[in-house]
Amino acid sequence: MPRRRQATRSAGLLVALCVLGAIAVLGIAVGSKQIPLGDVWHGITHYSGTDTDVIIRDVRLPRTLLGLLAGAALGLAGAVMQALTRNPLADPGVLGINAGASAAVVSGITFFGVTSLTSYVWFAFVGAAVVSAAVYILGGTRNATPVRLALAGTALTAVLTGYLNAVNLMNTASLDKMRFWTVGSLASATMPTVERIVPFIAVGVVLALLVARPLNAVALGDDQARALGAKLTRTRVAAMAAVTLLCGAATAACGPIVYVGLMVPHAVRAITGPDMRWILPYSAVLSPVLLLGADILGRVVARPGELQVGIVTAVIGGPVFIHLVRRRKMAQL
Amino acid sequence: MSTPTKTSPRPAVKALRTAGGLSVRLHLRAVLTGVLLLVVALAAGVLLIGTGDFPMSFGDVLTTLGGGGNPGQELIVNDLRLPRVLVALLVGACFGLAGAVFQTITRNPLGSPDVLGFAQGSSVGALLVIVYLQGSTVAIAMGAVAGGVVTGVAIFLLAWKRGVHGYRFVLVGIGASAMLYAIVLYLMTKANIVEATRATTWMTGSLSGRDWDQVWPLAAVCVILVPVILLCGRPLAMLEMGDDSAAALGVSTGRVRILALLAAVVLVASATAAAGPIAFVALTAPQLARRLTRTTGPNLLPAALMGAVLLVLADLASQRIFGADQVPVGVVTGVLGGGYLLWLLANERKAGRV
Repeated sequence: MPRRRQATRSAGLLVALCVLGAIAVLGIAVGSKQIPLGDVWHGITHYSGTDTDVIIRDVRLPRTLLGLLAGAALGLAGAVMQALTRNPLADPGVLGINAGASAAVVSGITFFGVTSLTSYVWFAFVGAAVVSAAVYILGGTRNATPVRLALAGTALTAVLTGYLNAVNLMNTASLDKMRFWTVGSLASATMPTVERIVPFIAVGVVLALLVARPLNAVALGDDQARALGAKLTRTRVAAMAAVTLLCGAATAACGPIVYVGLMVPHAVRAITGPDMRWILPYSAVLSPVLLLGADILGRVVARPGELQVGIVTAVIGGPVFIHLVRRRKMAQL
Repeated sequence: MSTPTKTSPRPAVKALRTAGGLSVRLHLRAVLTGVLLLVVALAAGVLLIGTGDFPMSFGDVLTTLGGGGNPGQELIVNDLRLPRVLVALLVGACFGLAGAVFQTITRNPLGSPDVLGFAQGSSVGALLVIVYLQGSTVAIAMGAVAGGVVTGVAIFLLAWKRGVHGYRFVLVGIGASAMLYAIVLYLMTKANIVEATRATTWMTGSLSGRDWDQVWPLAAVCVILVPVILLCGRPLAMLEMGDDSAAALGVSTGRVRILALLAAVVLVASATAAAGPIAFVALTAPQLARRLTRTTGPNLLPAALMGAVLLVLADLASQRIFGADQVPVGVVTGVLGGGYLLWLLANERKAGRV
């Protein structure tokens, strides 16, 4: 029986990968200029400098790759956070970690004259790390309830938003730039952006996958986990590092995006059950499906302009969040 | 044998009785705190009137308010600065009062309207007017009221499931808040830079340029709704003991909650329309008031007075430190509120109350 279940799950993962591939191709084909699927393949493999090829190589391909990376990063971060805090409502957006990264990036741009992604990705990491530690501590560390953590995150987000507004008021040039970044978008993706964040996300992904087994033990509660031989402190530190790397890199590249990390792990859990060793890979594959899907949707509904992906995920994710809240008795969690 | 030093002192509660057999409990410390807060609010208001490019002494302001100033002073006080100070007092009181109601009903010190998405709801309404209609100040205010009230009712209905419970209300509010903030960000990208600056100033919350047109509507709303909420004070205090105990004591829990919440939502929306979603007044005022009065219950009146004190002092600080109308008051309350929040979280966490 378990072997059969394992086979089903592997097959499911394969199907998910195929869906991801299809969405990625669709993401390259769909936009203000529609590109036939045959030309998509041609543009990637035999670049010949036609308009279509230029669009594919310089606009759609980096955008799709960024969507893949950021989506996987946010989904994994969400899944790890939900396991680490034993909190079904944990999400890098709701807990204010993306807001921390963006506040740090805005400070970097305004006060330190940082202009390139290479430098402000470091600001994003610092912001993400500080806020994730703050929310975790302020939310009550081990006896944190979902309500406490979510409130701590939202309250910190309110402080950071006020700070962002203040900075933008003092500096109109920064406002003009930041209002397009803080919305969360894949539109400005370029190949160098993608290359910059690859190493950070790669390390984050590896760390996240490594803590999958210990996180299974954490789910049983601290005492049980310790009895099973899990190294709790090491697991927590590694998991927090993974979350910081993944959220920081994703936020630096495309701005704060909420709810992807919340929705996907929940959907995945319905397929795989509570085993983190399956939840994490599934989340990593299905989150980009959601993010790229939202991105395509944003390009289709507001043609010839577009709706930024951060708005689409928030508008889809808000009702999902509220549904989760209504369905469960959260107070006891 | 027993040493009387350890026993708690008799609470300073007095009862006021009329000849007709009516009586009302008076908590001495709460009454004193209320009077003190009122005095501080009014004094700070007079100081604020005297602050600006044309400074006036405390005495001059009082004389002019009494009708004894020269025409120049009368113009400055009555037409320019008095309405602004009145808006500050009223807005602060509305936020404080509404915050007390929200925190009592959600039974959580962080469950105040600015955390639960009302600021975002009002912002969406105001930004729609700013960006798509290029509306006047009055139109923006109407948009803000509509946005705030619609958000409030929506959160209430979505959190409804055989009654409204604190934690569900909080979480639905948080969900709505993130969603509405995305819409705010979207509207910001649709604006040109002038509108975007205007929108950012509005969202920070500012008192500059407020005149009698903002005072009268807000005063009218307060005259109707503040008594309604104050009348809910006693049942709200019962609700703090939990629904079952409150119901056993004769409180109609559902009705009180709906009435108080709706009144608070309209108060917040009207105050936001007058001055923008000024951060953290609604969050901090009720808690500071409670610490001062050391009384159980929602402390509605002290919370309102504390809100007025906070906002006027914050505006005074921003005017004195940064110069007239350089920094909107929302920046000052945001910074102070952030600091308070950190302290609160660190403190309350130990007690396990958040």
